[in-house]
Amino acid sequence: MAIAPPERRLWWKEPLDKAEIIWITIAFLWGVVMFLAMIYWHIVGEQNLSNEAYRIDPEVFAAKAEEMTEKYTVREEGDTGIPVVHPPPGSDVYLISRLWEWWPILELEKDQSYRLHLSSMDWQHGFSLQPTNINVQVHPNYDLVMTIKPNEAGTFSVVCNEFCGIGHHTMVGRIYVTER
Amino acid sequence: MAANTAFRTCPDTGLKVHLPAQALIKANAVAAVVFLLVGGVLGLLVALTRSELDFLPALPAESFYAVLTAHGMDVLLFWIVFFEMAVLYFASAILLNCRLAAPWLAWVGFVLMLVGAIMANVAVIQGESSVMFTSYVPMKAAPHFYLALILFAVGALIGVGVFFATLVIAREERTYEGSVPLVTFGAVTAAIIAVFTLASGAIILIPTFLWSLGYIAHIDSMTYKLVWWAMGHSSQQINVSAHVAVWYAIAAIVLGAKPLSEKVSRSAFLLYILFLQLASAHHLLVEPGVSSEWKIFNTSYAIYLAVLGSLIHGMSVPGAIEAAQRGKGYTRGVFEWLTKAPWGNPAFSGMALSLVMFGFLGGISGVVMGTEQINLIMHNTLYVPGHFHGTVVAGTTLAFMAITYLVVPLIFQREILFPKMAQWQPYVFGLGVAGISLFMMGAGTLGVARRHWDSNFSDATLTFEYPAAAFLMLGLNGLFAIMAAVGGAMYVVVVVGSILFGKRREGAGEPAQQPAEPPAGAAVGSYGNAGTLHLPGTYVLVGVFFVAFVLYYFVNWKYLSEVWPLS
Amino acid sequence: MAESDQPSEHDDSGPVPFMQRVLDNPFLLLFLGVTMPAVLYIIWGVMEIANIPIAK
Ligand code: HEM
Ligand SMILES: [Cu+2]
Ligand SMILES: [Cu+2]
Repeated sequence: MAIAPPERRLWWKEPLDKAEIIWITIAFLWGVVMFLAMIYWHIVGEQNLSNEAYRIDPEVFAAKAEEMTEKYTVREEGDTGIPVVHPPPGSDVYLISRLWEWWPILELEKDQSYRLHLSSMDWQHGFSLQPTNINVQVHPNYDLVMTIKPNEAGTFSVVCNEFCGIGHHTMVGRIYVTER
Repeated sequence: MAANTAFRTCPDTGLKVHLPAQALIKANAVAAVVFLLVGGVLGLLVALTRSELDFLPALPAESFYAVLTAHGMDVLLFWIVFFEMAVLYFASAILLNCRLAAPWLAWVGFVLMLVGAIMANVAVIQGESSVMFTSYVPMKAAPHFYLALILFAVGALIGVGVFFATLVIAREERTYEGSVPLVTFGAVTAAIIAVFTLASGAIILIPTFLWSLGYIAHIDSMTYKLVWWAMGHSSQQINVSAHVAVWYAIAAIVLGAKPLSEKVSRSAFLLYILFLQLASAHHLLVEPGVSSEWKIFNTSYAIYLAVLGSLIHGMSVPGAIEAAQRGKGYTRGVFEWLTKAPWGNPAFSGMALSLVMFGFLGGISGVVMGTEQINLIMHNTLYVPGHFHGTVVAGTTLAFMAITYLVVPLIFQREILFPKMAQWQPYVFGLGVAGISLFMMGAGTLGVARRHWDSNFSDATLTFEYPAAAFLMLGLNGLFAIMAAVGGAMYVVVVVGSILFGKRREGAGEPAQQPAEPPAGAAVGSYGNAGTLHLPGTYVLVGVFFVAFVLYYFVNWKYLSEVWPLS
Repeated sequence: MAESDQPSEHDDSGPVPFMQRVLDNPFLLLFLGVTMPAVLYIIWGVMEIANIPIAK
């Protein structure tokens, strides 16, 4: 029994049944398949999180975001006062996260690539792009750079999905994707 | 001499029970159940609030986040770790027929844990520490919140030390022959992982404590998270090792089942020891600054070798049960051994449900979510709590509940009060938890955020609406949470009632859960199992599981391939 | 295969195999179980974080 010491002194020499050997082999090979799948997706898949990241001061990041906003603001969102920014395709796009907003609102073009920079001014936040459902963690003092390529036009929301204090559930941003 | 009076002989198993060890097992088990009760009520409140159903009560935002913080701590840390201390003392002193090393030290550990656990709850109630049990920096809690967790971890580390010392004593005093029992080996696995876990916790929480006091200026948020999860995730691996050991123990005690192969089962535990803890990386898959190489290697437990361990147990445990049942003559067809199993015995039914749900709900979802790229469509959504209510609630908690039905007669020496309620309890709780696990995963697949008070975003400047199906999931989650809470309450009532008012079973007593003799001429050969296994039922079950696993895995790659390209 | 059907033929004496000795040694296992994740997860990971370049 499993609550008593093994019956035989030299249990390591126990021969195994074929059924067990088969199952162990299948399970091992399945593990190899799942391992290779991740590598395979880096080679041929289109959804991989970039490894590009930098240390950055929140003020420096904010300055970059403000500079971009100044240059490319096309309008304001309703009466909220939040600028809507339409940066040129291929450019560096900065999205600030802070208690409790994503700033500014971005307007991107469908099927164009952008280098999106994410960083926080204070605590950690969660970039959760809805309804497409892409989720990336945002840290203060780190600039995560990823190339994104919206594949559908429409209105998208950025929900904060890392707990960031009492206003966490009000932290919603927006990204518009326009047809070219 | 004192040594003689310090032991009693268990009338059911013939094991020598060291009385100081027994007292410690009782104290830790009781503390565990109290925190489960508190934490369970808080979990229900969270689920009701999130249900967005008007006829259910809801917490205001501020208390919601405090309650969620306390729920995570009370159940994940305090209920589980107190119970694990009881398991460690049982698997060492009792199963090895040995005295527990330094019981006074174990009491010191217990008191530290208790003080820490109470202090942490006080800190959260005071309101300055609603930081979730993960307490990610730079969000700051009150200093005594961190201190409380440090005290708790130190206390637990002392308990683990007592466990290892007891192993040494047992070997020196030759209280057992040959190798330790498989269940004890599982406990060794859990204890080893616990050392790494608690050490990592100390490494990160002590500086964070000093930071909260103002002695340290800055804690790097990435480093914090990396080291914190060496504790946070590894502690889940303690649970896995402990509840697998509990599965083997229940199968042995209730059915007289023995491992199909000591060699295979122990090797599977070795894979846990070597690789399981690497999966702390699951929590850093969408984080800046750690490379894909690091992520892939660690998240896959070095090519899924720890998953291999679990898949092996997934066959050995039901296989051992089938073999024992067939040995008793339940040999008709593929599944007679299963249909004639003691489904009315809550220890057995709880164990069986735990095994199945851990595999199907917690296990599969965990491996899928732990795939580097697939994590992008799940990170921090409700899918995550959905997954771990499948592992740590349906798996660990239910397994611990199940073995309580053996611990009460064997250690507390009380008969189970309300046996009918006990009989139903695993089913009610199991079904409730299966519901919350599935519906949280469902909501998460639709994008709903975890740790979120208002899925309607009513106070947000910019609006957003989740799809209607997401609200259906949240509502169902609330309803099944009620069922899980009822099942949890039934457990508490039965256990507390039995301990306080159950009939004493002193002396010989009638054998409530008589361990069956290892069946003579069983399907399992006494020396290895080559050529002797005939377990068609287990093969079918394992086959069904494997197909479900593979299908669900590829379905999620398909989902992933449809979202915005990013690189 | 045929042999192993006869359990009695197996010899239970002789030296304990290496792997069994490893598995019977909790402190060796403790060392392995702490070192593996400490090196592969923590040290490797912290080194990567420490080497993140500063933004221009
Ligand atoms: C009546 C039983 C339970 C119910 C109804 C329940 C329900 C919930 C719900 C709804 C959440 C919140 C998800 C979110 O908004 O992020 C949650 C979180 C959590 N639950 Fe439970 N739960 C129960 C029991 C347990 C048990 C027994 C454990 C552990 C052994 C557990 C561990 C956790 C943890 C660790 C969290 C995460 C807290 C956080 O995000 O910081 N739960 N639970
Ligand atoms: Cu936020
Ligand atoms: Cu937030």
